[in-house]
Amino acid sequence: MRRYSIFAVAREALRYHSGWEKAWASPEPKKRYDVIVVGAGGHGLATAYYLGKVHGIKNVAIIEKGWLGGGNTGRNTTIIRSNYLQDPSAAIYEKARSLYEGLSQDLNYNVMFSPRGLLMLAQSEHEMRGYKRTVYANNLQNVETRWIEPKEVKKLVPILNIAGPRYPVLGALLQEKGGTARHDAVAWGYARACSDMGMDLLQNTEVTGVRTAGGKVVGVDTTRGSIDCGKLAIVVAGHSSVLAGMAGFRLPIESMALQAWVSEPIKPTIDVVVMANLVHGYMSQSDKGELVIGGGTDGFNNYSQRGSWHHVEETTRALIETFPVISRLKMLRQWGGIVDMTGDRSPILSKTPVDGIFVNCGWGTGGFKAIPGSGFAMAELVAKGYSPLAAEFGMHRFKEGQFIDESVAAGVAH
Amino acid sequence: MLTLTCPCCGVTVEETELAPGGEAHLKRFGPGSTDAEFETYMFARKNPKGVHFERWRHAYGCGKWFLAARCTVSWEVFGTYPAQTTEPPAELIAKIKEKRPGWEGWK
Repeated sequence: MRRYSIFAVAREALRYHSGWEKAWASPEPKKRYDVIVVGAGGHGLATAYYLGKVHGIKNVAIIEKGWLGGGNTGRNTTIIRSNYLQDPSAAIYEKARSLYEGLSQDLNYNVMFSPRGLLMLAQSEHEMRGYKRTVYANNLQNVETRWIEPKEVKKLVPILNIAGPRYPVLGALLQEKGGTARHDAVAWGYARACSDMGMDLLQNTEVTGVRTAGGKVVGVDTTRGSIDCGKLAIVVAGHSSVLAGMAGFRLPIESMALQAWVSEPIKPTIDVVVMANLVHGYMSQSDKGELVIGGGTDGFNNYSQRGSWHHVEETTRALIETFPVISRLKMLRQWGGIVDMTGDRSPILSKTPVDGIFVNCGWGTGGFKAIPGSGFAMAELVAKGYSPLAAEFGMHRFKEGQFIDESVAAGVAH
Repeated sequence: MLTLTCPCCGVTVEETELAPGGEAHLKRFGPGSTDAEFETYMFARKNPKGVHFERWRHAYGCGKWFLAARCTVSWEVFGTYPAQTTEPPAELIAKIKEKRPGWEGWK
């Protein structure tokens, strides 16, 4: 692989950009791989990447039914934060956030990580107490967050209406090292690095069945034929239940639509990420100038990658009240993704009832921020059968009642 | 927008008038059940890509719970029926089988 650098740009500028290589190969599937990862989204690609980089397992295929990064990785609002309440959450999300800091150098691919700061507004007494508690918890977890008063909130976000009347801003939880990254670039960067290690990216290849023998996985059937494997990692977000069904077990997951939308591009208006969880909307400004807006999920099971119109209306209405200046903006594009929701709104990184099959799912509405940490932990779990970061995210927690309850911990919007 | 007919009051209403209530026909387990039974009842879900039986409440109408059979991909509604039953009506199952020949059944 030719490295990207300022010299490469200069060299190519002198020869009409004729020398750029393809970023990744599109090979024919082999007969057998040591590990097959199903799902070439951020989490799947990161899992494969750390399998190769940290554990030296490079005979790996990443199978994707569509195109890489075309699911939730390319559909989210690119927010990165780690200000969670529970210790296991803070550990894995903070690992992810810290890996994001060096990811562009690590992958030799600019993922445009922008630690611009992230605010979670407190607009009720209850939220204020909740976030203050989260700040205390974060301080104990070595996650840098702090509580700021309304005056400082207004200084950071001048377009914010802090006076109310319905939802006055009583303060905010600030994570200065939170921010955004370019979501496509994260998938593309990992894909390029995986391909460079000799891993096979099999796009437009749908898994149609999982083959097992004596309670152990032996391979998968795909639209491009059968492929054998030693281990199988299922990292398919919204379709986790479908894949689990093929392997013969059930997951505590329900698939639902989550939508996002962007406004027409405008001049720099807001240089932090703002989350207003009480009214359930969040907003940041992309480098193109579009305001990127997200809200809550629909309440019913859905595989259609489109959501209910009234959620768009409700979230936009709430954000107009929070940011009156955006009321005349036109919305440009709107889309939906299928998120995999667990009962406690925490992910599942786990062994399964079938020997050799591992699942990484349940990231629900907040998976993008976790991609590097999730891949790191999942790779360790697949390679060694145990990962300290993933230990408490096993499926056993539902039987044992050991929930990592982020839904109660005000983690409604991610 | 998703519209459903409430079998209790008979009106066809938009989704904003309804509250979704998740998978229908779950067998309830309580004290005295095994851990596995209780876990299955509480958390394990079919979450099918296709025909789904689900609970809805006519929250801003008659307030009653009812059940619906709906496709989670196309949002096609096969029918709704009152909640006072442990399994879907036979004629509804026949109708779904006719429309979706490959359907593996509701259990």
